[in-house]
Amino acid sequence: MLQRVYEWVDERLDITPMWRDIADHEVPEHVNPAHHFSAFVYCFGGLTFFITVIQILSGMFLTMYYVPDIVNAYESVRYLQGDVAYGTIVRGMHHWGASLVIVMIFLHTLRVFFTGAYKKPRELNWVVGVLIFFVMLGLGFTGYLLPWDMKAYFATVVGLQIAESVPLVGTLAKTLLAGDPEIIGAQTLTRFFAIHVFFLPGALLGLLAAHFIMIRRQGISGPL
Amino acid sequence: MSDEQNHNVSRRQFLTYTLTGVGGFMAAGIILPMARFAIDPVLQAESEGDMKAVTDVSELTEEPQRFDFSYDQEDAWVTSETTETAYIYQSGDEVVALSSTCTHLGCTVSWATNEEYPDEFFCPCHGGRYEKDGTNIEGTPPTEPLHKYEVEVRDGTVYVGKAEPQV
Ligand code: HEM
Ligand code: FES
Repeated sequence: MLQRVYEWVDERLDITPMWRDIADHEVPEHVNPAHHFSAFVYCFGGLTFFITVIQILSGMFLTMYYVPDIVNAYESVRYLQGDVAYGTIVRGMHHWGASLVIVMIFLHTLRVFFTGAYKKPRELNWVVGVLIFFVMLGLGFTGYLLPWDMKAYFATVVGLQIAESVPLVGTLAKTLLAGDPEIIGAQTLTRFFAIHVFFLPGALLGLLAAHFIMIRRQGISGPL
Repeated sequence: MSDEQNHNVSRRQFLTYTLTGVGGFMAAGIILPMARFAIDPVLQAESEGDMKAVTDVSELTEEPQRFDFSYDQEDAWVTSETTETAYIYQSGDEVVALSSTCTHLGCTVSWATNEEYPDEFFCPCHGGRYEKDGTNIEGTPPTEPLHKYEVEVRDGTVYVGKAEPQV
């Protein structure tokens, strides 16, 4: 059945070359854990992407109930977690995934470092990778405020103090992030929400695309 | 692969099946909770609207009178006071409570406010009219009778539930 649908579409649009080009490549022996078990370290990049996909999916679903407003944010999170079916699981995926994605990106970075994969000609992909890491940190920082409970609030108080301690532009940066020179409140929450669900995910997708296009061009670095 | 074992599962097929199976299982484990989370409003058991106290039976007459009543409406994490207007009257032993929402386009009807039709509900928006029992009058815009509240009389107090269509 599926086969027939595929053939029907393929006959008209010739889609086979498209996915072949993206997905149909031999896995080199030195990165295949079936050959050398230690090659499992090459999985961490894929795992980082896998968890990122989960973050984006679970985040999209959370926004069905979440409201970025200081009066309702906490209650909406409580409602979606406590009263909506599988709310604990969907919020749990996003909550734990946020930490796990950092663990994975860290392990992936270690692998790239210790296999020397950042060397010529792949310097640019290292740079893009570091940018992805910063975007992830930004997502973690802005997302953490969204439940608008005590922990969220005071973590952001501290985070913004750190931003403020930057020489020269610190005060400016803090006001820009918080939306007000003194108050951490209504405008901080809406800004963090916008940054968390629109700006940073947009940047992240762009950077991931660049990351993957470069890998496709250059291939995986050779064995040690 | 030997010839006489053609119909046996090949290594490639075995891997395809198991990997698709395991992959499908993992994908389902991720997608299903989110899907169930998203469709929750459709599956949540409809709340048996509480009966709300409106007035004393002794206040009622055979003539429909307007009663406003308020109650707390629960909308997920927001509870707000909501006011509804009913027309309630005594019809023999029975207490009848009609919704004041016009069944044409939702304006508010009132009893005997049009001098030409003293014994009817009248809607000022497009001249909709209803008889005392809520039946819409042929030739006016409404296409169905006024909705009727579920009514309960306990210890001399009139309680109403949800307004339901009469037809
Ligand atoms: C790599 C990507 C992401 C990371 C690392 C991340 C991180 C976080 C963190 C740490 C929280 C706080 C969770 C908690 O305290 O329980 C959070 C909350 C939230 N995130 Fe994300 N997030 C990501 C992507 C997204 C995306 C793409 C969306 C939406 C399109 C989104 C929507 C939300 C919402 C609505 C909340 C508030 C609900 C809650 O706190 O449970 N996230 N995120
Ligand atoms: S809304 Fe009442 S007649 Fe049109």
